[in-house]
Amino acid sequence: MAHDILDNSGFSADRKLKIVGTNPIKHDGWDKVTGAAKFSSDIVLPGMLVGKVLRSPHAHAVIKSIDTSAAEKLSGVKAVVTRADFPEIKEGTPYGDMTRMVIAREKVYHEGHPVAAVAATSESIAKRALKLIKVEYEVLPHVIDPVEAMKPDAPVLHAYMRTKGAKPGDAKVWADKASNVVERYELGVGDVAKGFAEAEFVVEHVYDTKPMHQGYIEPQSCVATASEEGEVELWCCTQAPFVYRDRLSEILKMDSSKIKVQQSELGGGFGGKTAFYAEPIAIQLARKARRPVKITFTRSEVFRGTGPVSGTQSRIKIGCRKDGTITAAEAELVFQTGPYSGSAFTNAPQAMFTRYDLPNVKTVSYEVVSNRPKVASFRAPCVPQVVFGVEDVMSELATKIGMDQIEFRLKNAMADGATTIYAEKFGKIGFIETLEAAKNCEHYKSPVPKGCGRGISTGFWFNRGGETSSSLQVAPDGSVTITLGTADVAGSRISISMMVAEELGIPVDKVRAVLADTHQLGFNRVTAGSRTTFSQGVVLVDCSRKVIKEMAGRAARIWKVPEEGVMFEDGMFRPASTNVGEFKPLSIADIAKQTTNTEGAIAARSDMNVTGAGPGFGCHIVDVKVDEETGFTEIVRYTVVEDAGKAIHPLQVEGQFQGGAVQGIGWALNEEYIFGTDGKMQNPGFLDYRMPVASDVPNIDTIIVEVPNPKHPYGLRGVGEVPVVPTMAAIANAIGNCIGIRPRSLPMSPPRLLKLLKEKKGKA
Amino acid sequence: MKKHHITLSVNGDDYDALVEPQQTLLDTLRDTLMLTGTKEGCATGDCGACSVIVDGTLQCACLMLGVEANGAKVETIEGMAKGEKLHPLQKAILEHNGLQCGICTPGVLMAAKALLERNPDPTETETRFWLAGNLCRCTGYDKLIKSVLVAAKEMRGA
Repeated sequence: MAHDILDNSGFSADRKLKIVGTNPIKHDGWDKVTGAAKFSSDIVLPGMLVGKVLRSPHAHAVIKSIDTSAAEKLSGVKAVVTRADFPEIKEGTPYGDMTRMVIAREKVYHEGHPVAAVAATSESIAKRALKLIKVEYEVLPHVIDPVEAMKPDAPVLHAYMRTKGAKPGDAKVWADKASNVVERYELGVGDVAKGFAEAEFVVEHVYDTKPMHQGYIEPQSCVATASEEGEVELWCCTQAPFVYRDRLSEILKMDSSKIKVQQSELGGGFGGKTAFYAEPIAIQLARKARRPVKITFTRSEVFRGTGPVSGTQSRIKIGCRKDGTITAAEAELVFQTGPYSGSAFTNAPQAMFTRYDLPNVKTVSYEVVSNRPKVASFRAPCVPQVVFGVEDVMSELATKIGMDQIEFRLKNAMADGATTIYAEKFGKIGFIETLEAAKNCEHYKSPVPKGCGRGISTGFWFNRGGETSSSLQVAPDGSVTITLGTADVAGSRISISMMVAEELGIPVDKVRAVLADTHQLGFNRVTAGSRTTFSQGVVLVDCSRKVIKEMAGRAARIWKVPEEGVMFEDGMFRPASTNVGEFKPLSIADIAKQTTNTEGAIAARSDMNVTGAGPGFGCHIVDVKVDEETGFTEIVRYTVVEDAGKAIHPLQVEGQFQGGAVQGIGWALNEEYIFGTDGKMQNPGFLDYRMPVASDVPNIDTIIVEVPNPKHPYGLRGVGEVPVVPTMAAIANAIGNCIGIRPRSLPMSPPRLLKLLKEKKGKA
Repeated sequence: MKKHHITLSVNGDDYDALVEPQQTLLDTLRDTLMLTGTKEGCATGDCGACSVIVDGTLQCACLMLGVEANGAKVETIEGMAKGEKLHPLQKAILEHNGLQCGICTPGVLMAAKALLERNPDPTETETRFWLAGNLCRCTGYDKLIKSVLVAAKEMRGA
């Protein structure tokens, strides 16, 4: 079917698709199955040195002195850097805090906090040099637990810090002296007192979740070089090359134009590679040594030195009428952030109830510093932790009023046009369709297997757009290169290439996506929040339509007819009607090869601040079996139902659903940071920090719901965040239904479940 | 530090290498022989990203010293495809989207190859337990396990 080449208006439900919705092999896959793909740690440059970081053995201490003289004298050591090699920026400002996380200045704030670094001609020399650096510490009392850190007598991390949003009447915060509470944030709608007065059933509980690590298998690695003229090049594994560049510019006091960040293949990120760690250190070492420097973290450094997600404590209360109508909801949330602010905790109160149309909501949230590694983003940042409690309360209410779990949620579900508590008015949304799909799926309709418990839960994520700058070049042979400034975290290059191929009417094999360095394009926001395939779709469809329009003009000039006499259909430029004349249709390649006798190269660029992201909703169903002797939970069956808007590459979408759910299974059942009383992490390795392995999980069934996002040319919504949001709650509800007692603390590991079972037996 | 001279065969090619006494086979492959297809995820034998086959046995290259590989025949991911012809496991992982970021893929492929050499017709459960030593954080294992079972079937000519 022909479409108007000037039509940029977006989604058309009637459009017949040839490529979008199929499953071509991803172009980067070949190199990944043969070992040829270049990850950051694979990069080698002539004269390259090995960089190693010296880290704090203390959770909280003043650095009294650092003596690097013996290390500098060791043969093979080419540079040593400490706080003295980084520009001073005032603490308590965003970049002042950032530079202090990269390398400690006045104090160390957690075990593993970088203190110094060396660059040497071999790893063994670098390691020996670290041992020769003498650091004198004055050890201070530390605090690990965020609830402890909120108490008036807790050790204070920052003497200058005053709680933002402190409010008289809230005893947890004060404005007249230092506190570990960064911010108190209140968000709500309506009148909860009135709402709870109208409720016939009220359920309220307290929940506790532990920080988990993003757990990417590739440790951070980077290679930095500095030219004699002062320009810096950085190869690294990042979800945010442009953000890294501009933050490096701020903390190293260099022009952004002198910093080139080239992203490599990325060995997993999940939000954890949106903030830099070793990169500024490698640059300062390279500038000092005048040689390239590579720093690759060990797994222990990844655990102790890079962001886990926030642990939380929450109190959640919901009230409803006998007919299932929710009348009020209330929450108090505490988020741990590490030594400085940056948890994005305000996502939680905004998203936790969003999917239910609630008239009266009150939330109060606190972000708290403590002597832990600084948190970093992870899928749907800060939301799964609190949905863990929300969906427990929902399940208990449904049971109390004797209503089917999904019916209860349908009764309160947001429909098209609903307004959220953060005052966004939704357009077309697919929550009801998602719940209906879950209700009607074979898993939900089948009886619960003997000895098992079944749980369900739902989740929401905003999805994002944002600054996106990309370009598209048509080569003289008609093949197409698209240059992307976003990162490819799981296979977005193929999905984006498919949308371009669909627009241009060429096979997807004729499109190649390359990952740009920061000199090639305008600013691109971080690849996170499920924004990339969505935003790149908008931007590259725009580029595609621009080159179609350009080529239509060239066809018109070749045929010597008016531009409106040319139409584009099925990858060919044709006369729009017989009145225009008889001309042999021209393909993209036919026009592209005439660049010399037409107006030169055919290319387009698009720079947008993309809006119109479509909210995402999901529903998970899980059957578990708990061994009451060992406390071990077996995931027997798992189904993810989620609205993708439109699945560009369905296998990739399923992969997001499955991967997110299994990360959630790890968070639910095993993963946690364990600290000793000395403030040191006790499990900084994959043996003791137990992520799910293949034998821990079953196949994860998926149901892709497609309620198109009308603000995207192909109708898509982001799909990467929602799959982890409902998981822990769904599993907890299933465990509760299996053993008759609902865990309210994560992880639901064997010892914890055994303790619950013992308490239950004691009561019985 | 005094280095040791070793000779070894990697994917049928003979190599000479000078290695430090504490240097692992993983670092020998990656840093000395520049065969970077084998990945480091933990260096403690817990993630399987560095899985290689040494004298017919599946090993974590991070748990073996370079000097221990003196005289050994080592198979790595770089030797899995024969020219342009992919191994059925490689083909299946591509076709069934058994990889996302790709960092665990070389190790998974070597471990799966070792499995199918021992047991050409594994059950799904056997496959899951055999690959329990290979962490993958992206896929949730579903499509990865399916890929291995598809390749096994193809290799059996079934």
